[in-house]
Amino acid sequence: MGFTGLFLIAFLIVHAGLNATIFMNDDGETFNKTSHFMSHNWIMRFLELGLFIGFIIHIVQGMILTRMNRAARPVKYSKTRYISKIKWYSRYMGILGILILLYLIMHLAHFWVETKSELYFGAEEVNQYERMREVFTQPLWFVLYMVGLAALLYHLLHGFQSAFQSLGMNDKTWTPLVKKLGVAYSVIIVLLFALMPIAFMVGWL
Amino acid sequence: MEHYTMNLTLKVWRQKNSETVGHFETFEVKDISSEMSFLEMFDVLNEQLISEGKDPIAFDHDCREGICGACSMYVDGRAHGPWEKNTVCQLHMRAYHDGDTIVVEPWRSAAFPVIKDLMVDRRAFDRIIEAGGFVSVNTGNAPDANSIPVSKVAADEAFDAAACIGCGACVAACPNGSAALFIGAKVSQLAFLPQGDAERASRVKNMVDQAAKEGFGNCGNIYNCEAECPKGISVGNIAKMKREYMRASVSSGPAGIRSES
Repeated sequence: MGFTGLFLIAFLIVHAGLNATIFMNDDGETFNKTSHFMSHNWIMRFLELGLFIGFIIHIVQGMILTRMNRAARPVKYSKTRYISKIKWYSRYMGILGILILLYLIMHLAHFWVETKSELYFGAEEVNQYERMREVFTQPLWFVLYMVGLAALLYHLLHGFQSAFQSLGMNDKTWTPLVKKLGVAYSVIIVLLFALMPIAFMVGWL
Repeated sequence: MEHYTMNLTLKVWRQKNSETVGHFETFEVKDISSEMSFLEMFDVLNEQLISEGKDPIAFDHDCREGICGACSMYVDGRAHGPWEKNTVCQLHMRAYHDGDTIVVEPWRSAAFPVIKDLMVDRRAFDRIIEAGGFVSVNTGNAPDANSIPVSKVAADEAFDAAACIGCGACVAACPNGSAALFIGAKVSQLAFLPQGDAERASRVKNMVDQAAKEGFGNCGNIYNCEAECPKGISVGNIAKMKREYMRASVSSGPAGIRSES
C-alpha cells in the first residue's frame, strides 16, 4: 500500500498543478492546451496506463488486506474505545477508499470518458474548461465533489505518514517532520481541488 | 487517596471452550474496596460463585505486579482497562465508582482461540519466538565485560524493545488484529545489537513468515497497539522490523537456518 500510495500522492501533485491553470484568468486557454496535451500526447497516454495500474494495485491490495484483517477477528468486541490520539480516519481507510472510488467513477464519467470517445470514436473535441463550468455549476455535482474531496482529505491525512511507516521509515528526527508535511500536503492539495468547483460555482471564473 | 467501597455490575464473557459459542453473563458484586486490584475484585466474584456452587470465571494471571504479561482482559472496550501503560492486574478499583457497569471480554483474535471464559491461548507468540531461532554466542571461558562495544543509543533502543512482556494487548487492541508490534519488538531487541548478527536475516524472515501462518491481521499504522501497550513499546519497532525484512529480502548469502514447523 505504501509504494502505490506514494505513487498516487505524486500523481495528485501533477493533477492539481496542471488543473490550477484554470486560475490563469485567460478563459481557460492555457488549461485547454494542457488538457489537449495530456489527452493526446502518446507519452502521456502511456503514463496514464501506469496510473491506472497504480490505482488498481492500490485498490486490490486494500481489498485483500481488509479481507485478511476481518478474518483475523472472527468474533467482534461488544465494545471498543480509542484514546483521542488514535485518529478515526486511520481506522476507516477502507470506507474512505470506497467513497473515493465512487467519486473517481463519477469524475471519470464527467471528464475522462469524453476525451476517449473523441480519440477513438471521432467525437468532437470538448472544451474542457467549459465542461468544468457545466459540471461544477450544478448543485448536485458540486455537493458530490465536495463530499469526495472531504473523503480524499482524510484518506491522505492518514495515508501520507502511513506510507513512510510502511516502508520502514520511522525516525525520531524525521517522522515529526513527515507528519507535518503530510498534513500540509493533504490540506493544500484538497484545498486547491476544492477551489475549482467553488470558483465556477460562485462565478469567479 | 480516600478509601471507599462500591457495588458494581459486571458483564463478563463466558465461553466453555474454543469449540462453543460464548455469551455475556451479568454479575453483581458488592462492597468492593477501592484499594483492591481489578483481579482481586474477580477473586471476590469467583469466591462468591464457588460458594453458590457455580462455575468460577477462568482468567489468566501470574505475577500480579505488572511484569509477567499473563493477565489479559479487554475492559470496557480497551486492552488492560482504562489506565495507560498498565496491565489489568495493576488496574485498581479506585478507577471505578459505586454503581458502575463494567464490560469484560477476552482478547479477540483468530490466532488467540479462547480456552475458557477470559482465558486465551497465546502460544502463537511462542511459535513466533521459536521461529526466530537461536543466537550464536562464543562459548568457553567467560568473556571480559564490554568486549563487544555497543553504543548507548543502540543499547537503549534494544532495551526499550526488550521491555515487551508478550501479553498480546497489541493484537487485542489492533482493529486489524495484527501482531506487528510484538514481532517488531522481538526483532528489534536483537537487531539493534551486534550479538546475534549471524542470524539477523533469517530471524526476521522466519518470525514474520510464522506470524502470517498464525492468522494475525496486517498492520494499518493505526497505532492503537502503542497506545494500549502496558510497556509503551514504540511503533518505531514496527518500522525497524520492516527495514530488517526488506534488508533480509535483498541480501545475498546463505538463506539462514529455517526452523522446522
